[in-house]
Parts: sequence; structure tokens; C-alpha cells
Amino acid sequence: MGSFFHRHPRLTPYLLLAPGVAWLVVFFLVPLAFLGYQSLQSGIFPNFEFTWEFSNFSDALSDYREQLFRSFLYAGITTVACLVLAYPLVYWIAFRAGPWRNLFLLFIIAPFFVTYLIRTLAWLNILADEGPVVGLLRAINVLDEDGRLLATTFAVVSGITYNFLPFMALPLYVSLEQIDGRLLEAAKDLYASPAQAFLRVTLPLSAPGIVAGTLLTFIPASGDFINAELLGTPKQQMIGNVIQAKFLESLDYPTAASLSFILMAAILVTLLVYAKIVGAEKLTG
Amino acid sequence: MRLWRFVKRHMLTVYALLVVGYLMLPIVVVILFSFNDPAGRFNYVWQKFTLDNWADWDGVLGLREALITSIEVGLLATLVATVLGVLMALAIVRHGFRGRASANVLVFLPMSTPEIVLGASLLTLFLNMTSVFSLGFWTIFIAHVMFIVSFIVVTVKARLIGFDRHLEEAAMDLGANEWTTFRKITLPLLAPAIFAAALLGFALSIDDFVITYFAAGGEQTFPVFVWGIARVSVPPQVNVVASAIFLVAIGLALANVLWQFRQARVERGARAI
Repeated sequence: MGSFFHRHPRLTPYLLLAPGVAWLVVFFLVPLAFLGYQSLQSGIFPNFEFTWEFSNFSDALSDYREQLFRSFLYAGITTVACLVLAYPLVYWIAFRAGPWRNLFLLFIIAPFFVTYLIRTLAWLNILADEGPVVGLLRAINVLDEDGRLLATTFAVVSGITYNFLPFMALPLYVSLEQIDGRLLEAAKDLYASPAQAFLRVTLPLSAPGIVAGTLLTFIPASGDFINAELLGTPKQQMIGNVIQAKFLESLDYPTAASLSFILMAAILVTLLVYAKIVGAEKLTG
Repeated sequence: MRLWRFVKRHMLTVYALLVVGYLMLPIVVVILFSFNDPAGRFNYVWQKFTLDNWADWDGVLGLREALITSIEVGLLATLVATVLGVLMALAIVRHGFRGRASANVLVFLPMSTPEIVLGASLLTLFLNMTSVFSLGFWTIFIAHVMFIVSFIVVTVKARLIGFDRHLEEAAMDLGANEWTTFRKITLPLLAPAIFAAALLGFALSIDDFVITYFAAGGEQTFPVFVWGIARVSVPPQVNVVASAIFLVAIGLALANVLWQFRQARVERGARAI
């Protein structure tokens, strides 16, 4: 075996790559092509026909504009909320937690160890009408007598925020942890106040982490349907809910497929705008 | 006043601990409600403490089968994805070749595609080729390998980049061929990274709902089972299983942290000699 690699050193990387690449081509790229093929079909289940039905896209876009807009609104709010929650926490872990660092990192990823659906369902317990949180908020008059948290936009957005917080926190931690402490000392020696040192040294150096965290949070959040389904009502439905229902309940594959492409295209456009703002080189690392 | 000054001085610490509390809250609730004795059908409000749910974890129809399916798919998909992923990582980090950039993009793309699109596109493939694929265990397995493999590549790549190649060169100088060097030097040194990657892969697999739901047909994994039962009412036994999975996973993660800690000490010791 070794001698084969020895005789054909240029073939080695291709042989190593072949099985994995084959898997990704057959079960990732080819399915995307099938999805494109499906999105241009017309007819009713199970008799679909390929007819270059581009009106699927315009119809889907006009019928579900509201859900699409809502998905991106929720994903945007979620991303900002995750950044605001995660940055100080991760900063504290990287610079103040000392020997406890790894333990606190484990706290960050711990939610991953509870099945996604179940940690979302736990918010049903926490936000329940009879629960302590609603009780407290009613007592201090933040909520009305019969005000509730469940089945509201707040519940859905905070559910998504909770679920994707680790995706924001981990890349942030990686970029903050790499910062050379001597740079901060230098800033201090040059009479920078702590705030100035943070704004001029720490924050710019953690930018790659912010960019990576934003992508890792925003993309999955915009396609999510679990939080809207479990914690919201039809008024909080996102584009993911529509795709899921069209695919698995009403069996309207062409509309579901075109909506999937619309979602991907919308994400791509958002990323391009984002790249324009933060600079393309930061996006690709 | 004193309290206020204390809070002000330690504002960052207080904030960080509050966020940690926020992260832990649902986990605590899940575990807590596995010990609840619900009054009616709904396990939403705390009634009273009981151990019955843990003793009778198997008391809900379909739960055991779903859990077994989850574990089987998880182990099998992780094994295959780890092998594929480690080989790909070795190729990408160790070799310069034409098409390397494309390989990187191919690995990156599934991670940056929303899960619902991954699931939907796989389902279209399966439905258009019913003669080859019938929805069930194996389609779930195929889907899981597909989305796990990228995470394995990324994890192992990170370790390979910081890899000291002198040890391999020393082995070759001492007459070991490439295969022996790989088996005796590279693989053992990579073992912690491979273990961590496999652990991540298994966690992703056992946790996945969206892609699995599309690929499952009538087959039920644990998350798919939970989804179905959540539309009626979630029995406390679901919390029991989730708590058990959590405790096992946390245990393994702690073991990995300790292992790496020891490994680092051994390496430091070796360097001192």
C-alpha cells in the first residue's frame, strides 16, 4: 500500500479525497440539481411534469412574501441578540476566567447535548401561562392580567436566540482567545484608556469571530421552523414552516422546491450585502 | 449602596454569569421535569417529585425503538463520516494539488446551507429515484453522513494544521515506510482530534431533527418521535431520555477535556526531558 503511494505521489490526495467527495457530490450537489428540476415542474401530486414552470417562483414569492420577510427579520434580530449576549460572556471567559476557561466553554456547548426539540420544548415550561416568569411579569405589571409570553413573537425570537447562541459564542471565543495579551499591554503603555484599548485593539482583532458567528447564526436561523411551530402561532410562521408543510403535508413539491431556492437566493443576497459592508476578505477568512 | 458598588465593579462577571444562567436554565428545566408527576396530560407545571418516570422510562409506546434507531444511525453514520472526513482533511492539509480550493468549497457548502434545504433536496432525490432508495433507516444514514462529514473535516483540519511533522520525518529517517509512519505516528497523534470530531459527529447525528424528518419516511429517530408526540402532549419519559443523553454526553466531553489536559502534560514532560 505504501509503495503504491510512493510510486504515484500525485495521485495520493485524489485517492484520499475520492470517497468523501463522491458522497458530497451524490448526496449534496446532485440533490440540489433534483430540487432545481422539481422547482420547474407543474401538476398535482403524484403527477408532476417538467414544463419549465418559472411561474412557480413568482407565485411562491408573491404568496409567501410575508413569511420570507419575517424569517429574515427574526434571523436579523436573533443575530444581534446573540452577539449582545455572547460577546461579553466570551470576553469574560477569554480574559477573566483563568483556569476555569474550559469549564465555561463546556457550559456554552452544553445546550447542544439536550436534543434541539427538547430544549425548545423546555421554553414551553419556562414561559407557560401558569409558570413563574409570566406570574412575575404580571405581578409587576409588565404584562396585563391575561397577558402571555407563549404564542408571541417574543417567544419565537427568544427561542431561536437560545438555540443559536453557541454558534455565535464559539467562533467569537476562538478569535478573542488568540489575541496577544502584549498588544493590550502596549496599548496601556501608550496611555490608552481601557475603553480605547477595547475599541482600537480588541474589537478589531475579534472581527473575524464576529463575522463567522454572524454567518453561523443568521443562516440556520433564517431557515428555522421549529421555534415558530412550537412556541408561536400561524402569525409567527417563517419560510421554513411553509417549505416543511408544502413538502410533507400538502405534497406540493414544486412550490416547496422553488421556495427553497428563493430562501437560498435571499440568503446569498444578504451575504453579498454583508460582504460589501464588512469587506469580502473578512468573509472568506 | 455597597451592593451597587460591588455590581458596578464586577459588572462584566455578573453579566457573564447571568448569560451562563440563561444557557443552563432550559437544561435544568428538562432534568427537573423528568422528576415531575404531572396532574393531567400536560407536563408544563411542576406538581410533585417522583422517581417513577425514571423507573418506567420505557413506558411510552415507540420511545425505545426510536432511541435505538437514533443510536444505531448515530454510530454507523459517525463511523463512516469520520473515515471519509479524516481522509479528506489529510488530503486538503497535507497535499498541494489542483482542485484543492474546490474541495474546500465543497466541504464548506453543506455547512452554510440551511438544514431545511439539505433535507428538502435529499427528499427530492429519494422521491425521484424510488427504484434505488426507499425512505427509512438507510436514507437517514445517508443524510447524516452527508451533513456530518464537513464538521469532521473542519475539526481534524484544525488539528492537522498545528501538527509537528518532525516526528514523522524522524520515523521515516529510521526506516519506517509511509504506511507504518501513518499507523504508528500520525494516527496516534491525531487520535484526540479524531475522537473529538467523532464525538461532535455523533452529537450532531443524535440531535438532528430537520434533515432526518425529511429523509425518514415512516422511520422514527428519537427527535422525530418527540416531534410527533409534541403535537399531543410530551410525557415526562421524554425528559428522562433527554436527561440521560445529556448526562452521558457531558460525561464524555469532560473525559475528553481531561484526556487533552493529560496529553498536554505528557507532551510538556517529554519536552522537558
